[in-house]
Amino acid sequence: MDLADVTRDIKQADLLQMYYYLRLTRALEDRITALYRQGRIVGGVYTSNGMEAIAVGYASALERDDVIAPFHRDMGAFLIRGFTPGEVLAHYLGKRTGPSKGKDGNVHMGDLKRGMIGFVSHLADNLPVATGIALAFKMRGERRVAFTGTGDGGTSRGDFHEAMNFAAVRKLPVVFFCNNNQYAYSTPQRLQMAIHDVADRAKAYGMPGEIVDGNDVAAVYLASRRAIAKARAGEGPTFLEFKTMRMHGHSEHDPAKYVPRELLEEWKKKDPILKIEQLFSRLGYGDDAYFHEIGERVKKEVEIGVEFAEQSPLPEGPEVLEGVFATESEVES
Amino acid sequence: MIVANAQSEVTYLEAISQALDEEMARDERVFLMGEDIGAYGGAFKITEGFMAKYGEWRVLDTPLAESGFVGAAIGAAMMGLRPVVEMQFADFISCAFDQITEVAAKNHYRWGAAVPMVIRAPFGGGVHGGPFHSECPEGWFFHSPGLKIVAPSTPYDAKGLLKAAIRDPNPVLYFEHKFLYRRIKATLPSEDYIVPIGKADVKRVGHDISLITYGAMVHLALEAAELLAQEHIDLEIVDLRTLIPLDKDTIYESVRKTSKAILLHEDNKTGGIGAEIAALIAEDCFDRLDGPVLRIAPPDTPVPFSTPLEEYFLPKVSDIVAAARKLAAY
Repeated sequence: MDLADVTRDIKQADLLQMYYYLRLTRALEDRITALYRQGRIVGGVYTSNGMEAIAVGYASALERDDVIAPFHRDMGAFLIRGFTPGEVLAHYLGKRTGPSKGKDGNVHMGDLKRGMIGFVSHLADNLPVATGIALAFKMRGERRVAFTGTGDGGTSRGDFHEAMNFAAVRKLPVVFFCNNNQYAYSTPQRLQMAIHDVADRAKAYGMPGEIVDGNDVAAVYLASRRAIAKARAGEGPTFLEFKTMRMHGHSEHDPAKYVPRELLEEWKKKDPILKIEQLFSRLGYGDDAYFHEIGERVKKEVEIGVEFAEQSPLPEGPEVLEGVFATESEVES
Repeated sequence: MIVANAQSEVTYLEAISQALDEEMARDERVFLMGEDIGAYGGAFKITEGFMAKYGEWRVLDTPLAESGFVGAAIGAAMMGLRPVVEMQFADFISCAFDQITEVAAKNHYRWGAAVPMVIRAPFGGGVHGGPFHSECPEGWFFHSPGLKIVAPSTPYDAKGLLKAAIRDPNPVLYFEHKFLYRRIKATLPSEDYIVPIGKADVKRVGHDISLITYGAMVHLALEAAELLAQEHIDLEIVDLRTLIPLDKDTIYESVRKTSKAILLHEDNKTGGIGAEIAALIAEDCFDRLDGPVLRIAPPDTPVPFSTPLEEYFLPKVSDIVAAARKLAAY
C-alpha cells in the first residue's frame, strides 16, 4: 500500500492495535500447535498461520454490534471480539471453562453476546445464516452489518451461491469474503474452479467483487471498511477476495507435501507480520525494540492463558446430556 | 385471509392460516419466508392475503433455494426474530437437510445459541403427487437431536400446535398433512389457545388394542375402529401429535392398559418412527404385553404416482382390521 494512503486513511492507534492482534494471533496459534505436537490437544488444529491479516483486518473494521460468522482460519476475529487466550485454550483442551463447555473443539467457538457465530465444519453453511442475520437487521431498521466468509473450496458449495444471491436480491447489509489460500485441504484452486479470480463469482449475483492482498492488514482493513460502510448505508452486499497462502497443512497433522516448496518460499517473504513491520519502519510507527516488546507482551498473555486452561476443570461425563434444547429465557430479544 | 369466527367451522388448512395470522398480529417478531407465499399466497393458499396485511418483508418471497432460506431463517432467529418457513412441499426439505440437522439442530448444544424457528412442511400422500410431492420425511429428522417435530391430525391440533411451535425457543418441524387440508373441519375456540408440544392425545378410548399413530393415519384408524367395534374389538387410538419429544407416558399408559400395540404410519416401514416406538414398548412394557407389537406402514419404495400403485402403497382400513384381528386372537 501507498504510505500516503495509509497515513491518511488509518489512524496510527488502529494500526498499532492491528499489529498487536496479529502478534497475539500468531503467538496463540503457535502455542496451540506446540500443545498439539506434545499430544496435549486432541483433534484438529486449523490455524491462520500466514493469513492472520484477514481476520485482524476485517474484524478491526467492524463496529462492536456488528456480527461475524467467521471462517475457520479467523482466530484474530475471536481475539478482537474479546475471547481471551485462556478461553480459547480451554476450548481447545475440552475444558468446561471454554465457550462450548467441552461440547465442541478447535475453532468451533461462538458467543452471541460478543457477536460471534459458531463455526460449522460444513464450509459455507454459515453464509446463509449471515444473510439471515443481515435480514433481521434490515427488517428492524438497525444500522448493523453481518460479515462472513469461507475459503476458495467453500465457494464451490451451493450454500455460498444461495447466500450471495439472496443477499443481493434483498440488498442485505452483509459483506462476504473468500480467504483464497489456494488450497482446500489438498485440492488446488485449479481443480476447484475454472476461473482465476474467485472475485469473478460476484458478477453472477449483481454484486461487486474486489480482489484484495490478504497479507496486507491495512489493505484488508480498508477494503472491509468500504464494504461495511456500503452495506450499512443500505447499498447492499460486497464480495471481497482476500488472496493469501496457507503456510501450514490443512490441519496440523497434515505435512502438506502436495504444496510446492517454492510457492511457500515465495509467500514467506509476504508474511503479514513481516509486511506490517516493514510498513511501521517506513512510517516510523515502530522499530525492532517495539516489535520485541509486543512479542514479549503477547507471549506472557498466552502463557497466562495456558495456565488458566490447564488448571480449568474438564466437564463431567453426564454433562453431555445438557443443552440439547433451549429454554425460553435464553432467547435473544 | 380467514377471520377467526367461533360460530363457523374451519378446515385444517384454515386452522393453520388462522394460527399464522394470529401469531403475526400478536408478535411482531414473527414473519414468514418461503417460495411463492407473498402475492400468490402459497402453493396451497395458506398465506393468501397475508402480504397485503403484513407487507412484503414479513411475508417474504424467497428465491428457489431451500438451503439458503432455511439458513437465513436460522440467522434471523438467532437475532431474536421468529421466522416461520414454508416448504412448498415437504419433499423439498431434503435441499435444506444440512442447514436443519447441522446448523439449526446443533447450535444451542454446541455454543448456546437458541434457534426459535418453525419449518412448515406439507407432507403425505393420497393426492397423486408422485415420488416428489407425497413424501413423509419426518423419519430423517426424528433421528437428529436438537429438533422438535410435530404432526397434527385435526384443525384444533393444527392451530394449537402451530402456535406452540412459533412460541417455542427451538427449531420445530411442523408436518402438516396436505390430504387433510380441505377434507376435515371443526369449530375452534374463539379465544387464544395452544396445544402443548410433547403431549399425545387419545383420540378414541378403547380397551383391547392400542393403535399408535399420527397425521392423516389417525382418521384411517378411527374409521377402522368403528368397523372393529362391530366385532367387539375395542381400539384405543393414541394420536402422537408430537414426534419429538415423544410422549412416552401416554403411550405406555395405553399399552399397559390394553397389553397390545399396533404402530401405524404413512412413512415407509424400515427404520421408521414405528420401529422406535415398538422398541420402546419392548424395553419398558414387555411384562405387560400379551402379543407381538405390530407395525402397519408402506413398503420400502418411493411414493408411486399411478392410482392403483399409490392405493397399494398407502395403509388401508383393511390393513388395520386385519392386524387388529390377528392381535385380538392372543
